[in-house]
Amino acid sequence: MTVIDSRTRIDSHPTHRIAGYEVRTGRPYPFGVTSVPGGLTFSVYSDRARSMTLVLFERGKDEPLAELEFPADFRVGSVFSMTVFGLDPETLEYGFRADGPFDPVRGDRFDASQILVDPHARLISGREVWGSPPNRDRIYPYRSRPLLEDFHWGDDRPPGIPMEELVIYETHVRGFTRHPSSGVSAPGTYAGLREKIPYLRELGVNCVELMPIFEFDEFDNPHTDSEGNPLRNYWGYNTLGFFAPKAGYAATGKYGMQADEFKALVKELHRAGIEVILDVVFNHTAEGNENGPTISFRGLDNTTYYMLTPEGYYYNFSGTGNTMNCNHPVVRGFILDCLRYWVAEYHIDGFRFDLAAILDRAGDGTPLPNPPLLEQLAYDPLLRNCKLIAEAWDAAGLYEVGSFPSYGRWSEWNGKYRDTVRRFLKGDSGVVGELATRVIGSPDLYDGRGAIASINFVTAHDGFTLNDLVSYNDKHNEANGEGNADGANDNNSWNCGVEGPTTDPGVNALRLRQMKNAMAVLLTSQGVPMILSGDEVGRTQLGNNNTYCQDNELSWFDWTLGESNPELFRFVRHLIAFRHAHPALRPAWHPYDAVTWHGVRAGEPDWSAESRFLAVTRHGPDGDVVHVAMNAHWEAHDTQLPQPPPGLEWCLAADTAAPAPHDVHPAGTEPPLTHPGRYLVAPRSTVILVGRAPSDQPPEKESPWLSPLPSP
Amino acid sequence: MSSFEMSLGRVGDATTAILVGEIDSGSAHQLFAVLVPGGQMLIDLSSVSYVSSSGLRALLLLHRQAREQDTRMAITGVADEVRFVMAATGFLDFFEIAEGVHR
Repeated sequence: MTVIDSRTRIDSHPTHRIAGYEVRTGRPYPFGVTSVPGGLTFSVYSDRARSMTLVLFERGKDEPLAELEFPADFRVGSVFSMTVFGLDPETLEYGFRADGPFDPVRGDRFDASQILVDPHARLISGREVWGSPPNRDRIYPYRSRPLLEDFHWGDDRPPGIPMEELVIYETHVRGFTRHPSSGVSAPGTYAGLREKIPYLRELGVNCVELMPIFEFDEFDNPHTDSEGNPLRNYWGYNTLGFFAPKAGYAATGKYGMQADEFKALVKELHRAGIEVILDVVFNHTAEGNENGPTISFRGLDNTTYYMLTPEGYYYNFSGTGNTMNCNHPVVRGFILDCLRYWVAEYHIDGFRFDLAAILDRAGDGTPLPNPPLLEQLAYDPLLRNCKLIAEAWDAAGLYEVGSFPSYGRWSEWNGKYRDTVRRFLKGDSGVVGELATRVIGSPDLYDGRGAIASINFVTAHDGFTLNDLVSYNDKHNEANGEGNADGANDNNSWNCGVEGPTTDPGVNALRLRQMKNAMAVLLTSQGVPMILSGDEVGRTQLGNNNTYCQDNELSWFDWTLGESNPELFRFVRHLIAFRHAHPALRPAWHPYDAVTWHGVRAGEPDWSAESRFLAVTRHGPDGDVVHVAMNAHWEAHDTQLPQPPPGLEWCLAADTAAPAPHDVHPAGTEPPLTHPGRYLVAPRSTVILVGRAPSDQPPEKESPWLSPLPSP
Repeated sequence: MSSFEMSLGRVGDATTAILVGEIDSGSAHQLFAVLVPGGQMLIDLSSVSYVSSSGLRALLLLHRQAREQDTRMAITGVADEVRFVMAATGFLDFFEIAEGVHR
C-alpha cells in the first residue's frame, strides 16, 4: 500500500532563490516563525517600513549567514512573509532589518543598520546563563530563535480552580531557590522550583503567581551600589520578548531548552493541583525612551507600538521611559496573540497585568471608558477560563482600584485592602469601619462584580515583606544606590518599638504576633488571598521595600528560616487549611445577609474613631459558621460572643496571643471554649472560632491566653 | 556537523544499541534505524556527550514506537549532564533506566 505522507503539501517547493537560499512567499499568518515541510516561514508586521530583510545567523556566530530581502511581492498589506527551505531550526538564529524613514517628529525611527528581534520570537538567545557578563559589542546581542513547540503534555489539564477557592503565592523563579540553603539540584531555575512543589503542597497554596518570566536582560540597570558595583535588574519588569520564556531561569537555558523546562514545571504544578499565573508586563518594553537601545519594536514600527507625544517623544506613564500603545488595533492583536499563545502552548492558568491602568489608555494617554483591549481579553474564547488580574494603577497617577473596566471578568490587586489592613494592625484610629468592608470582599469597590474581583494582600513583591512591615517604620533602600530615594514612603508599617532587628524578646514576640494577625485577617477575609513568598517563615529584606535590583540574599528565600521559625510556618499552614475547609470564608459574591458584626458586646459593633476592635460572624452553606475577632488595641477586651447556631458550640481555631502550639488548632481538632459565652481577646490579637457540633469525647478545654505587650 | 555513530549488538535476548557522539538535529533521525520489533531494547548512552532538543524528541518518539511494537526499551549509561538535562525538561520521566550495562 502506498501512503502519501500527510505532511506533504502541494506548495512545499521553492519558487525563488535569494542569497543562495530557496524560498517562496510564506503564509502571512500567524506572525513569527512557523515550521512547514522542508522549511520555516517567517512573518513580520511593519506598516511604515519601505523594505524588510531577513537576517540569518548560525547559532553563536558573529557574522550573519545570509541576508534575504523580502521581494516586494512577498508583502501582503503590512506583513512581510517568506518561507525559507533547508534551515535547521536547532542551529538557527534570525532577525530583521527594517528600512524606512527616520523622522522622529512624525514618529518614525527606522534604522536599517540595526538587526531587530522578532516581536513574536519563541526563543531569544543572548542571555542564556543568568549573570554571565554580556558582550555589548556583539552584533545583534539578543537574537530570535525558532522553537520546537511539541511537548509531552500527556493528560495535563488546567486545574480549573474556582477563583474564590484560590490561595495565591507570589514568588520569583530565581529567588525562590537560589539561596544556597535551598538544597535543589539546580538553584534559581524552573527545575529548582519544580523540586520545591512538595513544600507548596505542604503549605497548602493552590496557585503560584510568578514574577516576570518573559525574556529580559538582568544587566539592564544603570545603578550601582554604594561601593560602585553594578546592580542587576533582578525582578525583570523590562521585557525583551513577550513570547519567549527567560532562558537564564532555566538550568537548561544554555542548551536552548528553557521552553521544555518551563513546561515541565507547569505540568508538574498542575499535577499537584497548583495553578500558574504569570505576571505580565505589557505597559512598556526594555527599549526605554529616545535614548534607549533599539531592540525590536522601535525599529519595526515605532508609531504603532508606542504612545508618542505630538513632538515624537515617548509618553512615560510606566515610569520606565516608554509606554506601550496598548489600545492600538495592531498592539491589541499582538497582546491577544501573546496571551493565547501562553495559554495554548504553556497551559498557563491566568495573568496578572503589571500597571494595568495603562491598558485602558488611548494612544494619547487619555483613559478610555470602554477600552477595547480589556473588553477583547475578557471575551476571548481561548482566555475564557483564565484568571485576569489587574494591578489597577500606573506610574502616572491613574488609580483605578474599584473602577477598572472589568466586563465581569477582571479582578484587581486590591491596594485599598492592603492599606486598610496595615493601618488597622498598627493601631491607627478610625479604621474599623473600612476594615469591615475590606474583610467581606470590599463591596464598596466591587458591588456587582463579587468578592472574587478583590485580590486581597497585605504584602507583595513591591514593598515591605511581612516581617519588615512589623520591624521597620521607614524604608531602608540605601543598597539600591539611589540614596534611599527609591521605593514607596507610605508603607503604613510599625516597627513594634525598635527600628530593625533586636534581641528584645518582648518586641520580637509582638512582631511574631503581628505577623500572625496579618495572616489571620488575610486568610479569613472574603476575596482571594495572596501571600508573598517567604512571609510564611518571616523573610526579611532588612527594611528594603524595593529590591528590584537585589539579586542576593536580601531577596532570596532563605530555606533555613523554616527551621528557625517553624511556629509561623505552622500557623500559616493550618490557617490555609482552615480557609480551604470553610466555605463561609469564601463566597464568590458579597454575602450581606450572612454577616453579623460585633463589638465587645455581641451584635453591637463599635464604629467610633477610637475603636480598634471588630468581630465578625459569617455563615456559609451547610451550617458552616466562623467567628473572627480582630483586636488591634493595646488593651485586652473581655468580649461577649454571639450565640452559636442551634446544635453548635464555639470551638477555638486560632488565637494569635496563645503560645504555640495553642496558637492554632488543625482543622477538625478545634477544642470547645471553657466559657462558652465569652472570650478574653488579648491585646493586639486575632481570635478565630468555628461552630462545631459537640463531640462525645470533647478534647481538652481551651482557655484564653493573656500575655503582656508593650504599648505603642 | 557533529559526529555521531551507532552500533547494534545483542546481550542475551536483548538488542543493544551503542550510541556514540552527539544526538542533535543532524543525527537524531538515525536513531529510528535501531528499532527491532518485539523483545527488549537497551539504548546505551554512555558515550553520548550531548542530547539536543531534537535529540530528546527523537528518543521519546523512539520510545513510543518501541511500545507500539511491543518492544521494551530502556536506556542506560546516561552521563550526568545528559541525565540532568533530561530531568530538568521532564523527558527523563518517560524512560526506563537500566542501571549498568554488560557489553
